[in-house]
Amino acid sequence: MTPHILTRSLDRAATSFILIVAGVGVLIPLSNLLMPQGSIFQVPTYLVALWGKYLCYAILALSIDLIWGYCGILSLGHGAFFALGGYAMGMYLMRQIGSRGVYGNPVLPDFMVFLNWDKLPWYWYGFDKFAFAALMVLLVPGLLAFCFGWLAFRSRVTGVYLSIITQAMTYALLLGFFRNDFGFGGNNGLTDFKDILGFNVQADGTRCALFFLSCLALMIAFLICRAVVTSKLGKVLIAVRDAESRTRFLGYRVESYKLFVFTLSACMAGVAGALYVPQVGIINPSEFAPGNSIEAVIWVAVGGRGTLVGAALGAVVVNYAKTFFTSGPLAPYWLFMLGALFILVTLLLPKGIVGTFNAWWEPWRTGRSTGLAADEESAAREDGIGAANAAE
Amino acid sequence: MFGFCFGRAHALFLSILLLSCFALPALAGPFEDSVAKFANDEFSDTEAAVGEVASSGNPQAFPIISSLKDGRLSADPDSKKVFITQADGKIVDAASGAAVDKLPDNAAAVRLNNRLRRSVEAALGGLTLLSPDPARRLAAAQSVFKSHEENLLPTVDSALAKESVKSIKQAFTEARAAIILFKSDASESDKLDAISVVKARGDQEALALLTSLGGDAPPLVAKAATSAVAAIQSNLAMWSMVQNAWYGLSLGSVLLLAAIGLAITFGVMGVINMAHGEMVMLGAYTTFVVQEVIRTRYPALFDYSLLIAVPLAFLVAGAIGVLIERSIIRFLYGRPLETLLATWGLSLVLQQAVRTAFGPTNREVGNPSWMSGAFELGQITITYNRLWILCFTLAVFAILLAMLRYTALGLEMRAVTQNRRMAASMGIATSRVDALTFGLGSGIAGIAGVALSQIDNVSPNLGQSYIIDSFMVVVFGGVGNLWGTLVGAFTLGIANKFLEPVAGAVLGKIAILVLIILFIQKRPRGLFALKGRAVEA
Repeated sequence: MTPHILTRSLDRAATSFILIVAGVGVLIPLSNLLMPQGSIFQVPTYLVALWGKYLCYAILALSIDLIWGYCGILSLGHGAFFALGGYAMGMYLMRQIGSRGVYGNPVLPDFMVFLNWDKLPWYWYGFDKFAFAALMVLLVPGLLAFCFGWLAFRSRVTGVYLSIITQAMTYALLLGFFRNDFGFGGNNGLTDFKDILGFNVQADGTRCALFFLSCLALMIAFLICRAVVTSKLGKVLIAVRDAESRTRFLGYRVESYKLFVFTLSACMAGVAGALYVPQVGIINPSEFAPGNSIEAVIWVAVGGRGTLVGAALGAVVVNYAKTFFTSGPLAPYWLFMLGALFILVTLLLPKGIVGTFNAWWEPWRTGRSTGLAADEESAAREDGIGAANAAE
Repeated sequence: MFGFCFGRAHALFLSILLLSCFALPALAGPFEDSVAKFANDEFSDTEAAVGEVASSGNPQAFPIISSLKDGRLSADPDSKKVFITQADGKIVDAASGAAVDKLPDNAAAVRLNNRLRRSVEAALGGLTLLSPDPARRLAAAQSVFKSHEENLLPTVDSALAKESVKSIKQAFTEARAAIILFKSDASESDKLDAISVVKARGDQEALALLTSLGGDAPPLVAKAATSAVAAIQSNLAMWSMVQNAWYGLSLGSVLLLAAIGLAITFGVMGVINMAHGEMVMLGAYTTFVVQEVIRTRYPALFDYSLLIAVPLAFLVAGAIGVLIERSIIRFLYGRPLETLLATWGLSLVLQQAVRTAFGPTNREVGNPSWMSGAFELGQITITYNRLWILCFTLAVFAILLAMLRYTALGLEMRAVTQNRRMAASMGIATSRVDALTFGLGSGIAGIAGVALSQIDNVSPNLGQSYIIDSFMVVVFGGVGNLWGTLVGAFTLGIANKFLEPVAGAVLGKIAILVLIILFIQKRPRGLFALKGRAVEA
């Protein structure tokens, strides 16, 4: 009886989330393209690109929430999957520049000409085809996550140790991508993009299309996550989060479940990165910085861990705040606020915005219909969270 | 030829003696003719002029040739006058040394090509061989060793004869051997002697000299040279191993110093303190403040600045550590992932606070006199600051170990680590012990900051560069075991430095990270894992 109430309430939240994202995805591009320039109803193009960036971050946050909120895996290296997806897309965009680069070489990107390379490295082959690049956006992060997860979960590296080695992973990639001889543009990364699928990346129409696609990707990612966490598989994941050993003793192959969800999450992060690059116009090794990955975790914590909607909300709220503060006179104080956010959220708001809201809203709403059941329900949930914390 | 050179050298020697005794005015005649050759704008004439001026013994010879080297020698092709533009912009006549108002309009700098540059270097080397300053004599001997200019042999011989400093005498002997080795008419036995002298020197330059000898030497000499090259190479390889090992120990000591505080907070308490690096940074800034105060108030105490900074840094970082434990971490025990996030936030706040207070740029922290400089050990150079840091690290480690082993606080700390509830039941105030342990770990990080300020840039980002390495060391060595941290730090340090020459600095570091990731798969609890029930907590 009680799970029914729970799913129904979540369903309502999920439906409204999907509707809002869909509405934003249609209305903002339309207003940018159809309304006259300077009208108060016209969303300027820079805002479209900015919010497109937030949407990509929201997808990244969803992918982190999937593993952290539902499976208890705290990855401090998810920025690496995001950046790898971004690099895959960036390589496609670099190949599209063709002979319009500064050096006019039809095959080699400018930085390779600059480094006196005479031919394309083998791992750049195929990136002139969009389909291949799109495949790589999923495959490269997915494969890395699969190998990494296979090694880590099989030898039961859990909790903090896993967090630290994921951080080491992204740090190693950071160092590697900074090198010129890696063939990814070194320090400067990949930039100066011209076309995507034949459309100018700077054009308003392309930006709006990318914005729409980001909304679409966010909705699809959300639906996939919803499907995973509400299925029987999702129940096992939550069991792994709350009591890993117990789940294993019940006969579940914990590492397979973890590996599946970790790889899926990495692929989602890759897609987020791939959508991010054409909207931002650059990808460079600083995306691999461990700090970025930790920041992405705090978006999830702010929004509400294990709520999906909250993760997306947290990403948008924190990044909006970041843009707001870092572009104003308050810029020197932004790091104070971000730091305070980390501390206060973990200390005072462990369930995040959405989780806390649910905790207030639900008893009040259900109290009208079935008073006793709701109390039992919330008590059970409290226990679950307590156990989750203890298990870590 | 030989006799002629010898006579010339004597003349040179005598004339220098004479000049230094009586400070005679510049000789007229042949010297001025030689100098005038610079004005012909022909490389062959310039070369002849360099040779003649260098062997003239005229006091102007050194200024002329050194200004030629720096491109400050100009000549007027019409009047055949040559001028030196001195470093301070004054212009003098090259031959007489008399001051001149300005350069003639059509005067142009005397041109050099690469071959000429070599003879200029060699001539300068010869001119300074007899300098009264021992450091210059030594440098000149080294440069002659490299250039092995044949016509400097008499000068080297005379310098050798009157040299009294042992190390310089050795350098002259080696320079002489180098010349003999390349002298076409030297006897075979002389050359063999020369090879053994060069072989005994045994460094990179000796190797370069012997390999450049070429194949046209007599077979016996060539054979001796080949075997000497092999001997030097194996000697150098051995020294480069020693060098790498020393660098590795040095890096290991830095890693250990940075990680040792973490080994307490993370290893003993199980608290992931991402702000650990910032404690190191605070220690470094404490050193900066101490030095600033000393510089402005008591400059005489500068050499003791580090001794004053160490306890202060311990107190500052330790007090902040206790504050952090009481205000944040104590609410998060048993929730390591949340602790990680909260302390990361804390590290951002601390960095920004320091950036606001001290500015974002590097602050200068000086080395006291007893920490600057270096000494040579065989073929390697050991700097005093690295050596002191190694000793200091080991001392801190030993003190910490003794503290944990023999003091009441150490006993309580170990008890709480092993079984918190049992320790509490026995009357240990666990929360007090937690705070003190965290303070101790942070304080040691502060001490590390004092040492690291001597070899690294003191900037708000100082801590960030150590945090990942420190975690790697602790995780690799095994949590909850200080010896593991020691072994882990030195293993990683030495492995890193041995990989560096093979793979390059960055690839070496990446390789180390990948190896650690793989290692953790194999031994998830590190090298020296704790055993027993405490592990599962």
